[in-house]
Amino acid sequence: MLVPIEWLNDYIDIDVSDEEFCDRMIMSGSNLETCEHFCEEMERVVVGKIEKIEKHPDADKLVVCQINTGEEEPIQIVTGAPNVFEGALVPVALHKSRIPGPLHGQPKQEGGVKITKGKLRGVESFGMLCSAGELGFDDKVVPVAHKDGIWILKGEYPLGQDFAEALQLKQAVVDFEITPNRPDCLAMVGMAREASATFKKPFSYPDTAIQKEDGEGESKDYVSVEIRNPESCKRYVARVITDVKVEQSPWWLQKRLMYAGMRPINNIVDITNFVMLEYGQPLHAFDINQVKGGKIIVENAKDGEVFTTLDGTERTLTDDMLLIKDAERGIAIAGVMGGLNSEIEEDTKTIIVESANFAGSSVRTTSKKLGLRTEASARFEKGIDPNLCEAAADRVCRLIELTGAGKVCKGSVDNYPVPEEAKTIDIRVDRINRVLGIELERQEMVDILESLEIKVAGSGNIMTVTPPTIRQDLLEEEDYIEEVARIYGYDKMPVTLPKGNTEAGIPEDRALRDLTRDSLCGMGLNEIQTYSFVSPKGVDYIRTAEGSWERNFVKLINPLGEENSVMRTVLMPNMMEVLARNYTRNIDKVNAFEIGNTFVNNTQEDDVLPYEQYALCIGMYGKDEDFYSLKGVVEELFRVLGIKDPIFAGEADLGAFHPGRCARISVISGENGEPVQLGVMGEVHPDVAEQYGMEGVRIYCCELMFDAIRDNSDRTILYTPLPKYPSTSRDIALLVEENLEVGRIEALIRKEGGRILENVKLFDVYRGKQVEEGKKSVAFTLTYRDKDKTLTDEDVAKVHNKVLEALEHKLNAVLREM
Amino acid sequence: MQAQLNKILEEAKEQLQQAASVSDVDEIRVKLLGKKGKLTEILRGMGKLSPEERKTTGQMANSVRSEIEGLLERRFADMKAAAKEAKFKLEKIDVTEPGKEVTLGVKHPLTITIEEISKVFMSMGFSIAEGPEVETVFNNFDALNAGPDHPSRDMSDTFYITEDILLRTQTSPVQVRTLMKTKPPIKVISPGRCFRCDTPDATHSPMFHQIEGLVVDEGITMADLKGTLDSFAKQLFGTETRTKFRPHHFPFTEPSAEMDVSCFKCGGKGCRVCKGSGWIEVLGCGMVHPHVLKVGGLDTEKYTGFAFGMGVERAAMLKYGVDDIRLFYENDMRFINQFK
Repeated sequence: MLVPIEWLNDYIDIDVSDEEFCDRMIMSGSNLETCEHFCEEMERVVVGKIEKIEKHPDADKLVVCQINTGEEEPIQIVTGAPNVFEGALVPVALHKSRIPGPLHGQPKQEGGVKITKGKLRGVESFGMLCSAGELGFDDKVVPVAHKDGIWILKGEYPLGQDFAEALQLKQAVVDFEITPNRPDCLAMVGMAREASATFKKPFSYPDTAIQKEDGEGESKDYVSVEIRNPESCKRYVARVITDVKVEQSPWWLQKRLMYAGMRPINNIVDITNFVMLEYGQPLHAFDINQVKGGKIIVENAKDGEVFTTLDGTERTLTDDMLLIKDAERGIAIAGVMGGLNSEIEEDTKTIIVESANFAGSSVRTTSKKLGLRTEASARFEKGIDPNLCEAAADRVCRLIELTGAGKVCKGSVDNYPVPEEAKTIDIRVDRINRVLGIELERQEMVDILESLEIKVAGSGNIMTVTPPTIRQDLLEEEDYIEEVARIYGYDKMPVTLPKGNTEAGIPEDRALRDLTRDSLCGMGLNEIQTYSFVSPKGVDYIRTAEGSWERNFVKLINPLGEENSVMRTVLMPNMMEVLARNYTRNIDKVNAFEIGNTFVNNTQEDDVLPYEQYALCIGMYGKDEDFYSLKGVVEELFRVLGIKDPIFAGEADLGAFHPGRCARISVISGENGEPVQLGVMGEVHPDVAEQYGMEGVRIYCCELMFDAIRDNSDRTILYTPLPKYPSTSRDIALLVEENLEVGRIEALIRKEGGRILENVKLFDVYRGKQVEEGKKSVAFTLTYRDKDKTLTDEDVAKVHNKVLEALEHKLNAVLREM
Repeated sequence: MQAQLNKILEEAKEQLQQAASVSDVDEIRVKLLGKKGKLTEILRGMGKLSPEERKTTGQMANSVRSEIEGLLERRFADMKAAAKEAKFKLEKIDVTEPGKEVTLGVKHPLTITIEEISKVFMSMGFSIAEGPEVETVFNNFDALNAGPDHPSRDMSDTFYITEDILLRTQTSPVQVRTLMKTKPPIKVISPGRCFRCDTPDATHSPMFHQIEGLVVDEGITMADLKGTLDSFAKQLFGTETRTKFRPHHFPFTEPSAEMDVSCFKCGGKGCRVCKGSGWIEVLGCGMVHPHVLKVGGLDTEKYTGFAFGMGVERAAMLKYGVDDIRLFYENDMRFINQFK
């Protein structure tokens, strides 16, 4: 909401600096976006009169003007503007002047633009004639009258006078951010009411007292109003003006509109716009000759009805749209836009002024369906007080009278089936103090409320309050608490801390994720974060099997695009994208992980939430990485998370991974001894790597599911006494079949080693010289220790030989000479 | 015999002077004091002397012996010191060469920001609560007093899964979940992801993070809100930080406010970060609307509360001077590595 401070001064005397005005309005609840000072960057721009216009000798599009600026000698200025004529009063930027700019077709410059004399195609020009745009006004507010050319002044001004002074251009305009609960503030009167409460000063309403109702006949002689849908149209006021003279508005009126962000068009349209900005009540004017039968009927359109709005666009309506009709046809879309067929023309003599109240929901639906949002619809959408209609209509009439734009007919036609009444409630002084933590007297609260035009009755603790009907947001005690709080001043409230004691805590799930993150960072991995919504193609790229759960997407109805159209079921495609992005940026090594939510569509019901669980994805590439470096990270993580004895089983059928370098990870669940899947890891399949533009790069990836980890995590730590007796170790090298897994050998050693076998550690796998084809040599260190005594060689030999025998018999693993 | 002893002493001094290594010195020790050493021999031959002579010679022999031992010890020490010195010289390294690379991984800057903020609130007794990213329309809007006509419910603002299910647009539904399952006193914060239909650009992201806070108990006042958040601001941005509460509007709080903090870059003088105003907007807050408390079945006469919410990306961008929100989701390692 653009509020020119000069305009606000019409209703309330603002006698503080612009800065203080803004600060105090902010602190009482009117947040502001900007405060713009107009025409500050304007120097040596004066009013001039074009005395003579001659053709430029060398350019068809330029003319040479002699300008009278009150000096003895005229000034010669060359211009290309098409709208200049002899006798016109114009803004003249003299030699060495400054204008706010921007110059036509150029971007706006900080500090404005300097103008100096120069030659245009060989003819001297001692300055510049300016358009409104060049003087700092947005193109959309430049009056229609000189929209495409030099600013031509209407009226008389002393030649040579400073232009900004002559038109009183220098002023501040504050752009207030109006929150959706305060549509009453989308009006100058509303802002004046706020300023009045903020500065504790009275304010006055606009002048609506029509002096002479000297139009021919009465309004009701010209027009009748019938509301056929009273739910969507709560009130319709019509007044008639005769002897209309459509022309340019006086400068004061144009100026108000321009600073408030609207383009002056003609006096009738400008006055309706002016009153809309004053009261927040949209108005419309019809040419009475185009209102057939003098009838106004408010009812819903017919499905498929075609209607041309005054912007010249043909629109197809539906039966939930409210239409203003005459005896024969539609003439306006209620609350949105008038029709081309009943528009005010230059020769219009008699008009009907519409000041009506249309329901917010109806206008919102219509506006959205038509894709047509106007100043009027934006206001109706937020809800308007029907009690405004009459004052707004009267104000239009009064301004028409004041500006001599027409003659006002007697009386109005006012169709108001159910008058809106304010909601009176009781509120409590002690409750207000209790919620705010302050100790205000009743009288102080009453003063605050009354400054907002809220009527207060009752006594003692009870205040019986009645808001002005314009305040549709004041419904409950809480709403009044806010009014007291903001006008009293948030800054005056004390600063205390809650008295109750509470203990901080973190949910177990989250703690586990935090621990995971800390651990992985400790192991040198960087954390990444990617979007929760992804492209469904990601699972194709990682070669996920048809029909698998990873394809069971939770889909968005209204995604921004295909690339964000489903919720991710797995993290790996995002990880691949991040790895690829880094790879293409020549980063030679990445060790990364993401902890993030995944979503699976587990239901056909429309109102049941999908299954949501956290997952962990680790991804890495770089010259030092291989399957086992990733596995080392995963194993260490499991130790931290208290996952005991994870099982890594070879897996050849997962599309995402190298068939010979992939493992499914599971753990035996404590409850029923069944293996529970924790996730998968492996070297990314070369086709997947290629899909992401990383052909030939070896990438390692692991994806784990947190719910399973949480359910199987046992992080209780129990101290084991340090050994009292020495250990003794034996290194063995075994010759085995190539495809015998180390995991099986190790498991057998552990089983046979029994109580005194403290540890088994693989230290070498060898293929090549001295090892026949199809076999490999695997070497382990076995550590033996008895917690109750020092083991003798015989003690160890007994067990160790049993281990070796079992290896040979059960796995055909033959001891090699070390 | 006494002359002999003196000679031995003189010899010892001379030899020790010339000794070049620890083994030389040891050799001298053996030659003099060893089982067959010269001095030992002399002492052994003392039996032949008269008791008188034995006494004086014995005394002298002993003093020579201890003098030699002392000389040996000193020489040993000198040699060791010299050897160490030589070794040090040999082992001198260039300390300006870089250290061996050890890399600690880096948390994502958004995680770091969430952790910092959470830590402050946890020190004030707040617990962490969580909720799903895919939420019900009821929890995200209805229960938070945003009626069916509220503009934020629009398909152009909110991502929907079905008519009743959406991607949460704020972390506030966690307030609702907490109120429905917890009895006061309630003091929680809830960090998490949120989604709104914004096309990504330098300052907008369709996915972002918020941290929500909720305090509900008997006798909670707006002054408590101010105190808690002022304390938070001072802990996070420094004890000099000032706060300013401006009236605002949110459907689920009343009265509502926005909190500004004095600019932590310029201290309030006005700079590029605070756009010259000296203040930076950091969060929205307010007294929990009774309609919301009622969702949790609470007696609104007895219980009051306050809630607040802040954008994590915004906080991180301000803190680290990041000028493009999209950097957080690109995950370029050169970006992430800067937050070590």
